[in-house]
Amino acid sequence: MPRTLFDKIWESHVVAEPSGEPALLFVDLHLIHEVTSPQAFDGLRLAGRKVRRPDLSIATMDHNVPTDAGPITDPLAKAQLEALERNCAEFGIPLYETGSGREGIVHVIGPELGLTQPGMTVVCGDSHTSTHGAFGTLAFGIGTSEVEHVLATQTLPQRKPASMRLLFTGELPFGVTAKDVILGAIGRIGVSGGVGHVVEYAGEVIEGLSMESRMTICNMSIEAGARAGMIAPDDTTFAYVEGRPAAPQGAEWEQALDRWRALATDEGASFDRDVEIDVRDLAPQVTWGTNPGMVTSIEGAVPDPADYADADEREAIERSLAYMALEPGTPIGDIHVDRVFIGSCTNARIEDLRTAASVVAGKRVHPTVRAMVVPGSATVKRQAEEEGLDRIFEEAGFEWRRAGCSMCLGMNPDILARGERCASTSNRNFEGRQGAGGRTHLVSPAMAAATAIEGHFVDIRSYAAEPVA
Amino acid sequence: MRPFRSVTSRAAVLDRPDVDTDQIMPKQFLKRIERSGFAEFLFYDWAQDPDFELNRPEAQGAKILLTGRNFGCGSSREHAPWGLQEYGFEAIVAPSFGDIFRTNCVKIGLLPVVLPQEQVKALMGEPVEITVDLEAQTAGPYSFEFDAFERECLLEGLDDIARALQHEGEIAAYEAAHPPRFATTALR
Repeated sequence: MPRTLFDKIWESHVVAEPSGEPALLFVDLHLIHEVTSPQAFDGLRLAGRKVRRPDLSIATMDHNVPTDAGPITDPLAKAQLEALERNCAEFGIPLYETGSGREGIVHVIGPELGLTQPGMTVVCGDSHTSTHGAFGTLAFGIGTSEVEHVLATQTLPQRKPASMRLLFTGELPFGVTAKDVILGAIGRIGVSGGVGHVVEYAGEVIEGLSMESRMTICNMSIEAGARAGMIAPDDTTFAYVEGRPAAPQGAEWEQALDRWRALATDEGASFDRDVEIDVRDLAPQVTWGTNPGMVTSIEGAVPDPADYADADEREAIERSLAYMALEPGTPIGDIHVDRVFIGSCTNARIEDLRTAASVVAGKRVHPTVRAMVVPGSATVKRQAEEEGLDRIFEEAGFEWRRAGCSMCLGMNPDILARGERCASTSNRNFEGRQGAGGRTHLVSPAMAAATAIEGHFVDIRSYAAEPVA
Repeated sequence: MRPFRSVTSRAAVLDRPDVDTDQIMPKQFLKRIERSGFAEFLFYDWAQDPDFELNRPEAQGAKILLTGRNFGCGSSREHAPWGLQEYGFEAIVAPSFGDIFRTNCVKIGLLPVVLPQEQVKALMGEPVEITVDLEAQTAGPYSFEFDAFERECLLEGLDDIARALQHEGEIAAYEAAHPPRFATTALR
């Protein structure tokens, strides 16, 4: 019987399936960071348990770390980072701490180190773990109780989620990027459209994307409510993984390729739900509300709640517009911003920074805008500096920061002031996400870069002289 | 885990869809390394408004929360259910939940009940005590479905790690048959 990519990975990871109980699924890679792990380690100690597979676990510091040059000053953040150091030392888990040269956002460093490989199961106490699905892995976010479960057993009890295929057809227009594809898809199926489902993104549009772009797409699966998102591994995937520190070598590499080539969804395999999205008419996307499904194109306008028949939806939009301080009917291009953030596990890989740099090269950040670039990892930062991207950004008036999650969620000092409006390449525009009272508009790196220069949203398709996609 | 059988209480009503875990427990409170101390920060930004639903007199002491679809979407932070439980909620009734949030609730003994939207709305309209009973699988006059395994874990307050470790033989056999592709501990 034809099987999906998801079926194949699921079936090859079932350790036990007691009658009437969820399957016990083996975890190939457990990523750990400072925020969602301390209580899990405490739980282990309380129960007198060990970490079963430190060799399949890896930790980094990302959520809390300051991105300026100074030392950490927040005593609570410092205590949490120190707890991670203590826990990793006690339980034998490798840790890439700040200054190690390999630290960074957990979902950037996994692929970078070659740890994320096709066919694996990957979990982390972070909802954006879906990022790793770009490699043809089953990767999903878990809570702290589950982190403890994985630490103790290297397994998770799981009922198999339903499957959904998002098939993208047509050719991606000039200036329209992976971020626009996924924002458009979330706008279409809604922020709960994927609940209970593992999504496979498919179609020639997806096959034509780089690994960085595929990671952007899979990263935001959770914003559609999906359990996970994945993309079949292909030559693009293999070329990315090859030669990285944890990648198989020599004869093992050839054997791995044979296994990985067999992972793609079989012809005729069926999904519980199939959605087709034509991207031919897709324009650059900008969110206007307080969840990622509240999105329109740069050609659009802020919606009028009066146009919505459903009372819940109408009230939600009214609340969003009040929070965002936006009037119905305002053209998106008329919205001015105070801040621009280029960063996060969605869009802080080298390709994202190259794209943004190509837009701002030789220009100046608008005098009323404060703009910041936060590379996704120390490695991305190094590579960008080798390519001279840091100079392009700094000469344009951007702040060039150290790696971390930064203003995506504002656990470190990088936050919006109350009422500030930000064009952000991150993944969530929830109320207060980037700072209490802050107002977030999600966009692609190219759109964020152009917005920084102009001070308001502009259509990157007519703005950029050179292709940016 | 805290066992759950049933709860009888007035219900607090938060009739909004897509309430994300950033609202339930904002990020500045995730720096604690303890598992307690979160109740006072529940819905921190929204709670600054005296008219916020949970600040109303009728919501005080409620052990049941009635809310909108996709409750708990977004971030995986278990600090959100910790805060809700510590605040006094024992059951949350909604048309749907974010997947990770729902699992987190089950793991700590905070009961997530799914009812059709019209039934949740009907319960919201009646400011009386209701009973949510996991054994009988009822919420007020309505019955709900619940995963049989999770129900048993909740009723008994079972430690699911201990349960998984009963499969030690199978885990060890799986590990033996699937040698690791790499060791993070040996990365250079």
